[in-house]
Amino acid sequence: MDNSRYYLPAPSWWPIFGSVALLALAGGFVLLLQHVAAGPYLMLGGALVLAYMLIGWFGAVIRESTSGRFNKQVDRSYRWGMIWFIFSEVMFFAALFGALFYARHFSVPWLGQTPLLWPGYDAAWPTAGPGSRAQFTPMAAWGIPAVNTLILLSSGATVTWAHWGMKRDHRLQLKLGLALTILLGASFLLLQAHEYLSADFGLNTGIYGATFFLLTGFHGAHVTLGAIMLTIILGRVLAGHFSSDRHFAFEAVSWYWHFVDVIWLLLFVFVYWL
Amino acid sequence: MTTLALHDHHASGHPNGIVRWLTTTNHKDIGTLYLCFSFAMFLIAGGLAMMIRAELFQPGLQLFQPNVFNQFTTMHGLIMIFGAIMPAFVGFANWQIPLMIGAPDMAFPRLNNWSFWLLPMAALLLLSSFFAPGGAAAGGWTLYPPLYIQGGPAYDMTIFALHIMGVSSIIGSINIITTILNMRAPGMTLMKMPMFVWTWLITAYLLIAVMPVLASAVTMLLTDRHFGTHFFDAAGGGDPVMFQHLFWFFGHPEVYIMILPAFGILSTIIPTFSRKPLFGYPSMVYATASIALLSFLVWAHHMFTVGLPAAGELFFMYTTMLIAVPTGVKVFNWIATMWRGAITFETPMLFAVAVVCLFTIGGFSGLVLAVVPVDIQLQDTYYVVAHFHYVLFSGAAMSIMAAVYFWLPKWTGHMYDERLGKWHFWLTTIAFNVTFFPMHFLGLAGMPRRIPDYAMQFANFNMVSSIGAFVLGASQLLFLYTVVKCIRGGAVAGDKPWDGADTLEWTLSSPPPYHSFETAPVLR
Repeated sequence: MDNSRYYLPAPSWWPIFGSVALLALAGGFVLLLQHVAAGPYLMLGGALVLAYMLIGWFGAVIRESTSGRFNKQVDRSYRWGMIWFIFSEVMFFAALFGALFYARHFSVPWLGQTPLLWPGYDAAWPTAGPGSRAQFTPMAAWGIPAVNTLILLSSGATVTWAHWGMKRDHRLQLKLGLALTILLGASFLLLQAHEYLSADFGLNTGIYGATFFLLTGFHGAHVTLGAIMLTIILGRVLAGHFSSDRHFAFEAVSWYWHFVDVIWLLLFVFVYWL
Repeated sequence: MTTLALHDHHASGHPNGIVRWLTTTNHKDIGTLYLCFSFAMFLIAGGLAMMIRAELFQPGLQLFQPNVFNQFTTMHGLIMIFGAIMPAFVGFANWQIPLMIGAPDMAFPRLNNWSFWLLPMAALLLLSSFFAPGGAAAGGWTLYPPLYIQGGPAYDMTIFALHIMGVSSIIGSINIITTILNMRAPGMTLMKMPMFVWTWLITAYLLIAVMPVLASAVTMLLTDRHFGTHFFDAAGGGDPVMFQHLFWFFGHPEVYIMILPAFGILSTIIPTFSRKPLFGYPSMVYATASIALLSFLVWAHHMFTVGLPAAGELFFMYTTMLIAVPTGVKVFNWIATMWRGAITFETPMLFAVAVVCLFTIGGFSGLVLAVVPVDIQLQDTYYVVAHFHYVLFSGAAMSIMAAVYFWLPKWTGHMYDERLGKWHFWLTTIAFNVTFFPMHFLGLAGMPRRIPDYAMQFANFNMVSSIGAFVLGASQLLFLYTVVKCIRGGAVAGDKPWDGADTLEWTLSSPPPYHSFETAPVLR
């Protein structure tokens, strides 16, 4: 296969499938929020189309890659693309952390200085706000969260160990490392689910509950996505897709995994610990 | 003749009819889609503006109830920003960046298609919200709580439309950055890139940095609306002002997202028609980068009246004024480029010169608004409306028009009708000033924005403004006619209709082949 030129794909139906899927998901969500019965079905339809699109589109890219159509320049494009995609994700979390810091350092202390409005409000973090009587136990850092930190840090190590295996063509080390990483990711998610179920506060427990669940929830969603992607990569490893010098899909997913890892460390420090 | 055309079609290797446009992976096709979509949105949002001006033609309530009027102002802003101006610049990026850097196409052609086709979906969601119970969102384009927490289903539709447009912008920016960093022809170092490409590189970074923040902020609005969170509710320990911080951390860089590509267009057109190279190219690059960096440090100047600590107000006042320095560098460079040039005033140059003058007025009124004590008087008055229309209409939108006239001959192979182009220019420029200049006086006299009725003493200026607006709106139909006429035929443009042009696209035929630069040109 001649790959001296930059690979330009032929016209493709996948993007329009993706657009229609997102429209159906959004429209269905709007209806669901208005308690219209058709809402969930429309969302389900959108999700199915989206899944079909992702499988088909990524499948096409994998076929192009394994048939040797991508040259070094295409490889560089994918690297740049993944880097800036992760950067956009960083900014998404940055805004959520910004909300947390703003609440802790500005809005809550300021609410403590409004004796006419809310006399006797003890503006100490964590808080459900001056208008709430809710009693709750904030999540302690040195229980499950600390264990989860260890789990995610080790998963960062195992995925790197797998990468070493890939580079040295030690296939067993690669498979083992990937499987371990997925296992660690899954146990993280199980523990996180257990923590959610044991919490005596919710999304509606003032600014503490809101920031806690949005930050940890979006992080959990990213761990889930990362674990799914790792599983797909493991499947591709078993199918014999990568070689010691051509395995960018593996690297992209491991970059994503490290990103999710770093976000967790920040969560552990600022949401649970301090 | 017929067989020849048929053969040409097969050689380009794309399907025909609607399928071509739905499935295209060609940067020129996608650029065309973006520009057509943008113009459609421009007409819709412009129609809303006409209705706003019709209501404001006289004091009292004539045509619309206040709630409907507020829906019009809100949707006018949202559609113009996210539907008209941003997609138009992405359209130019699609057409021009591969041509200007000697690339075969964008780095990710399929993602390119996706980032376009997300936009009509978002627009559908946004526009159909007019028919939701309670009508479209009426809380202003800035989405502030508590109004955006209290509103009906249209507010959810607006939030999801913004999510989808955000996905589109992020995908598009990743594509643009990767294309510029990885697809340049051999020999084109960063500091040899055309200025338009530079401004888009920096704009794409701004988009990637702030669109996710907007997505975060509107997600918090959504959870506050439906899932019981208290991000923006003081009773739960949150703060509605926090939304304003998040929004303007997106919103101010967004302003530069809409003007930096316009600066790139001016820096392309002015040297061409002055027949001189751009004065101070490196300083232009550094000024663009400085504006982009500073844009992250000025957001709270939109919030001087919400009760910020004095130290915060001073900080944001000084950083805002600092932006005048790199912007001034740019204006001086454009003037120095024209200095002793062999200038001719074809339509693109007329628009470019007008933008330099009128945008500078908008920049100066921005400096006036940067001064905290003055801003406290002028916040939410028509002075602000005048200011941002001088920046966004006579800055961004008129640069887009300049670029359309500048590159249409290259894209279509035909010259546009110069006489009609000049008519469009003069009508637009005069009507624009008739519409928006009086708003400075209205604002200084205290007329509040976003209100369908006003006191008697504002009547004369409002009538003048409305007459200007109707002429301005009608002139854009002339623009549409001129562009369509040019696409359908006209004098043969030749490869290089502008003798002062020196970027790579002018080395290709007009129109360029479907796949341009399959082998990269080599630069000296």
